[in-house]
Amino acid sequence: MLKLYDYELSGNCYKLRLLLSFLGVEYKSELIDFYPGNQHKSPEFRQINPLGQLPVIDDNGLVLRDAQAILVYLASKYDPSCKWYPRDNPEMLGQISQWLAFADGITGTASAARLHDALFYNHIDVEAARAGAHRLFRVLDEHLFFAEEAGQDWICPGDHPTIADIACFPYIMLSEEGGIPRIDYPAIRRWSDRFKRIPGFTVMSGVFPAGPAAKDSSKAVA
Amino acid sequence: MSKPKCEDQVALNLWYTIAPIAELEEPGAQQTILLEQQIAYARNAAGEVVVWAHEGVPGGVPEQNTLPVQERYGYVWTTLGSPNSDIFPIPEYAEADRRNIHAATFGVNVSAPRLVENFLDMGHFPFVHTDILGAEPHTEVKEYFVEVSEERDEIIASNCKFWQPMAAAASSGGADVDYIYRVPHPFCSVLYKSSPLDESRKDVIAIFIQPFNQEQVRVHMLLSLLDDANNDTDIRLFQQTIFGQDKPILENQYPKRLPLDPRAETPIRADKSAIAYRRWLSGKGITYGVIPPAA
Repeated sequence: MLKLYDYELSGNCYKLRLLLSFLGVEYKSELIDFYPGNQHKSPEFRQINPLGQLPVIDDNGLVLRDAQAILVYLASKYDPSCKWYPRDNPEMLGQISQWLAFADGITGTASAARLHDALFYNHIDVEAARAGAHRLFRVLDEHLFFAEEAGQDWICPGDHPTIADIACFPYIMLSEEGGIPRIDYPAIRRWSDRFKRIPGFTVMSGVFPAGPAAKDSSKAVA
Repeated sequence: MSKPKCEDQVALNLWYTIAPIAELEEPGAQQTILLEQQIAYARNAAGEVVVWAHEGVPGGVPEQNTLPVQERYGYVWTTLGSPNSDIFPIPEYAEADRRNIHAATFGVNVSAPRLVENFLDMGHFPFVHTDILGAEPHTEVKEYFVEVSEERDEIIASNCKFWQPMAAAASSGGADVDYIYRVPHPFCSVLYKSSPLDESRKDVIAIFIQPFNQEQVRVHMLLSLLDDANNDTDIRLFQQTIFGQDKPILENQYPKRLPLDPRAETPIRADKSAIAYRRWLSGKGITYGVIPPAA
């Protein structure tokens, strides 16, 4: 069975839990004592990922690291509808890749600020990280606003979310833990509410489900 | 140490956890903040834990002008003042068959008393810890007892009962769980809850809060459990999952400091322990992390 080296409070691990839940793929979580045990930096774990980072998957002997790379792999392999990663559509693939890289930028800023505030990563310049996150959120908020104006619900065109939405979602939702309020980003707010209504959506610690009233107005995303 | 930045003499004279003892295995001086004062801690050449205050550069381990130190419950404790009592007892910690585990130290952007109140509150279980510590429709907080022990100078909330789907990592299903809460220190609390393994005994979960300042803290979480099935990682991550759910709730409380005026916020019956806690803080004259009642 697919194995995910996992830590509950990691937004990057959550990206994979989300996609696996959306796709209904069974997997086993191997819990890593990321904090305070620092198990991901241990010599044993570096045998699995020399970078000493989570998440990692082991799919029948194929070991992959990097949340975005694993999203690409899982969607390509386990989504027969090809909607989460439309691998025959070059225009979509280009745009998805662009936003996957953008998501890495969110990790480098919003997630870094959260690690500073919650887990004492004191070497991080937290003010620079917060400012960087705000710059990215502004770009995404404007993008989503104009997308909505064009009748588009998700980050990339089409009527179905893609792994680009999954990659951006966690560290945006956890941004307040790093002192990055989202009050100035109403389009991001509406997008994240839509995201929470995707069938199969699951939460992680720090992320709450859409309210019950939202269920009535939910749009099926099959 | 120059004049302390914290002007609350009651808060200054308390003992505080500043780090798990395990952190001292790392070489060199570690740094943290207590009541706005920068402090450092390390083991000296003789292997003793030394804690000292500094103003920006910790330097080497000093031999003089160090702060009082105690090692208790797996943590380093210190104080910036002159405590008039010892660190409160947790006798269960010494029981031979218990697993004593440091669950985590988390930074939280909230005042210490708000965090204590959240820890005392059962009403949020079904909504914040859904399918773990509570689930709808089991939302009622049944009547419980609250007393302030004059002799021990602590608050005790007892006869607390709550239906929980997954009370601990060792749980195999939903159960009515008995809780007892102690508040033996303005910024610490100890919780006793039914053990899934032995109905005559209780698991212990304690929080020791280290205020960085009036609106930012770090919280050290100790588990002292009966569990012969799960490994330390599973036990630890179970508790982290729960605390991670509380964190955004805590950080969105407004105002961040706890208002002690009885008219400032409207309590319900389930808040009985919180009412006693606020009154107890007022009686002690605590001003740190709170909004004192109008004179």
